[in-house]
Amino acid sequence: MSRPSDHYDSTEITQPRLGPVGWLRWFWRQLTSMRTALFLLLLLALAAVPGSLVPQRAADPNGVTQYFVDNPDLAPVLDSVQAFDVYTSVWFSSIYLLLFVSLIGCVIPRTKHHFEALRAKPPRTPARLSRLAGFTTREIEGAPDRSAASVIESARALLKRQRYRTVVFTNVDKRTGQEVVSVSAERGYLRETGNLVFHSALVGILLAVGIGGGFGYSGQRVIVEGQTFVNTLLAYDSFNPGRFFNDSQLAPYSITLDEFEATYETQPNNAFGQPLDYTASVTTSEGGDESEAAIKVNEPLKIGGTDVFLLGNGYAPTITVRDTEGEVVFTDSVPFLPQDSNLTSLGVVKIPDGLADQVGLIGFFYPTQAESATGAYFSSFPSLEYPVLTLNVYDGDLGLDGGVPASVYSLDTDSMNQLTGGSTGVDSIELVPGQEAELPNGLGTVSLDDVKRFASFDVHHDSTQGWVLLFAILVTAGLLTSLFIPRRRVWVKAAERADGTLHVEYAGLARGDDPRLDEAVDALATRHAAGFPAADPAGSGGPSSPPESKA
Amino acid sequence: MTQTLDDLSLILIYSAMGVYALAFIAFTLDLARRSSTVKKAVAEDVPVAVGAGVSGASGSVLSKGGSGGSGDSGDSADSLVSLEGRDSSGRRSLALRLGVVFTVLAFVIQLAGVILRGIAAARVPWANMYEFSITGTVLIVAVFLVLLLREDLRFLGTFVTGLVLVLLGVSTINYYVAISPLPPALQSAWLVIHVLVAILGTAFFALGGALSIIQLLQTRGDAMGRLSAALRLRFLRTLPDADSLERLAYRVNIVGFVFWTFTLIAGAIWAERAWGRYWGWDTKEVWTFIIWVIYAGYIHARATRGWRGSRSAWLAIVGFAAVLFNFGVVNVFFKGLHAYSGL
Ligand code: HEM
Repeated sequence: MSRPSDHYDSTEITQPRLGPVGWLRWFWRQLTSMRTALFLLLLLALAAVPGSLVPQRAADPNGVTQYFVDNPDLAPVLDSVQAFDVYTSVWFSSIYLLLFVSLIGCVIPRTKHHFEALRAKPPRTPARLSRLAGFTTREIEGAPDRSAASVIESARALLKRQRYRTVVFTNVDKRTGQEVVSVSAERGYLRETGNLVFHSALVGILLAVGIGGGFGYSGQRVIVEGQTFVNTLLAYDSFNPGRFFNDSQLAPYSITLDEFEATYETQPNNAFGQPLDYTASVTTSEGGDESEAAIKVNEPLKIGGTDVFLLGNGYAPTITVRDTEGEVVFTDSVPFLPQDSNLTSLGVVKIPDGLADQVGLIGFFYPTQAESATGAYFSSFPSLEYPVLTLNVYDGDLGLDGGVPASVYSLDTDSMNQLTGGSTGVDSIELVPGQEAELPNGLGTVSLDDVKRFASFDVHHDSTQGWVLLFAILVTAGLLTSLFIPRRRVWVKAAERADGTLHVEYAGLARGDDPRLDEAVDALATRHAAGFPAADPAGSGGPSSPPESKA
Repeated sequence: MTQTLDDLSLILIYSAMGVYALAFIAFTLDLARRSSTVKKAVAEDVPVAVGAGVSGASGSVLSKGGSGGSGDSGDSADSLVSLEGRDSSGRRSLALRLGVVFTVLAFVIQLAGVILRGIAAARVPWANMYEFSITGTVLIVAVFLVLLLREDLRFLGTFVTGLVLVLLGVSTINYYVAISPLPPALQSAWLVIHVLVAILGTAFFALGGALSIIQLLQTRGDAMGRLSAALRLRFLRTLPDADSLERLAYRVNIVGFVFWTFTLIAGAIWAERAWGRYWGWDTKEVWTFIIWVIYAGYIHARATRGWRGSRSAWLAIVGFAAVLFNFGVVNVFFKGLHAYSGL
């Protein structure tokens, strides 16, 4: 089961000659050797492990922040070795880039070699077939119109039909002085072709992913029911452009979220409250054409060269704040972030102007409010059965003037006073839809007018995605051919005995893994010999004792 | 209705475990019998067919029997013990035959249990870790039984039934969850394809790993080989030799590798549909990738001078260990988007 001798790896790595060119050549040989490929592959597997142990910025930015909080000493050290960006780190990139350089350096000469092999003739028939795989013999009755050459010609035709490449040799046996005719055949060049396609397609995937990443972009946006998103840079809540992205790539379209519908399990079984379906009904507008569509979790919307995915969802209570005169100083549907599977949600409202002081509200929203034994509120079901909003009021400095961008989902209370809830002795404000309540210290009033749904969307543009898929298919096709198509050589040799019978030998040679070679040789022998009358086995020598093998 | 079907399914799974235990005992008795026969043969200086049947047949490993004039693996009836664990009358030992019968019986019972679970849930029975375990183990046994039709791997019976028993035990005790509907992210045809292919890949890797372990036990000079010598595992002399086992392991592992490649690609396509990107280095994606690279390494190792034999076998074992880790540890303890263990 040794590898074919014309295999690239089987050329010995020669000792380096002195001099820079010699060293360079030596280094290149080392890099493109099978041993190095193996080493780099194992290194790649090892290097991928840490990324699963610590959170990664790209996949889980909040996890990274949390990690810094939990491990204040360790985190900076890990960060300095790019442990939170493993898959874009210098060390991980060097490994796979080296691997691919090695791969290219390996594939190119092998492709050349393979093209030559494709044009070459099968090699000469070995002198002794008896030592080769599946060796078997048949005796064929002699006839005036039957010679070694004609028997071999029929074997050749048979082999050709089985898609072997064949060549016929005629020799004279030195010992007996007899003429020996043989056909040498080879098949399975597709195996190496598959291997080369496989490896080249891997390079293709890497290139397509790289280019796609450079020109692509992705952005996230939260849309409340009734709101419209217009595809411009400013409209995104967050945006991740590729290296070569520019604004003009953004197709002009808009998406209005008409309704977001979530259904939950209501049967009193163990899945009570589990989501069953999310559907975002939207109206899209592109170049003046309006149309309606539905976006679901596994069914993104294709629009303007992008894919729009439904990621998360939650509640956006519509909150209105009025001053003492009854003038509206704030009104909006504020997305609250879900905290658990029953959508207990947390959100903040910031009112910098219009009231006597800057005011911040931290709110909890319970779609179906329930109370625990300790008196704490929680939500017991994710849809709106008994919605309640509680608000804690803060006044003081919202910290918006410092120029530091602050998240709309959090309130920095360091320089603010808490006016309700907690240790203030004043009860938190509690509202059900349609209710209004006084703000403390006569600041004004706050009301809960309505509760809407919001959905968060991910907008992606990746122009090479199709290429990646194509190369992935080529990888698979190449893999299947290279692993399961046997490459083998087969020989059939015929010699005329003194009594006129024909002695025919068959044998094969595996080139690479080939578990069915023996069977194939045997089947060939049986089929070939079936075309002729068998010689009387009592004649000179039985089928299992060919003259040659005794030598 | 759902509940009764699920209860019935669980009863069937438990019953299957009982029958697997019987199969395990039978297979182990067979190995013990082989050991004692070898011992007797050595004492009486009787020739023993030392796994020669398969290795002698010039590499025809997965093919049925030998052919083309080379020694047929079955015809060493003159010796006391042969590769297939036959006795002098040419029949397989009672224990071995019982082992196979019990395995087939347990398989049928378990299959019924798995199908009932699917009917009860009104979807494919592989949407959480418990279901993944019962379907995965039933497929391991299926692959084993199908391979038996082509190749005499009965000697793996102890390993296969033992592994399946442990996995079923762990999953019924620790992973069992009552039936619940699919969350929106799993409502996709890709669940059927991606997970099924992953399970199939796992089944082949399991058998490949087992063959590699025995290969190492058979290898003089390897740490495992020294271990088996120290333990005097005499039955090893009735199993195929290290070379044949390596070829066999390779055949099985590359099939696993092809399934794994499909898993990777189908997973990427699904991730693109569900999460908006085909690859995001989610923990589960990372481990699927690591496993794929380890087995690519294994294939390369087999083609590298100095790495064929024990070293490549170790890689196959590391690869299967990573598969088990990916399933048993990553699913349960790591966080990521693949939070579907149902626990
Ligand atoms: C990205 C890195 C690589 C991966 C993922 C990879 C993967 C694979 C896989 C899966 C196979 C088995 C399927 C087949 O034969 O087509 C294989 C075979 C092979 N690879 Fe690679 N490979 C990589 C790099 C390389 C490099 C750098 C070389 C050259 C030094 C190389 C040389 C070979 C050879 C010669 C075979 C045939 C092995 C045999 O005869 O069984 N590969 N590779």
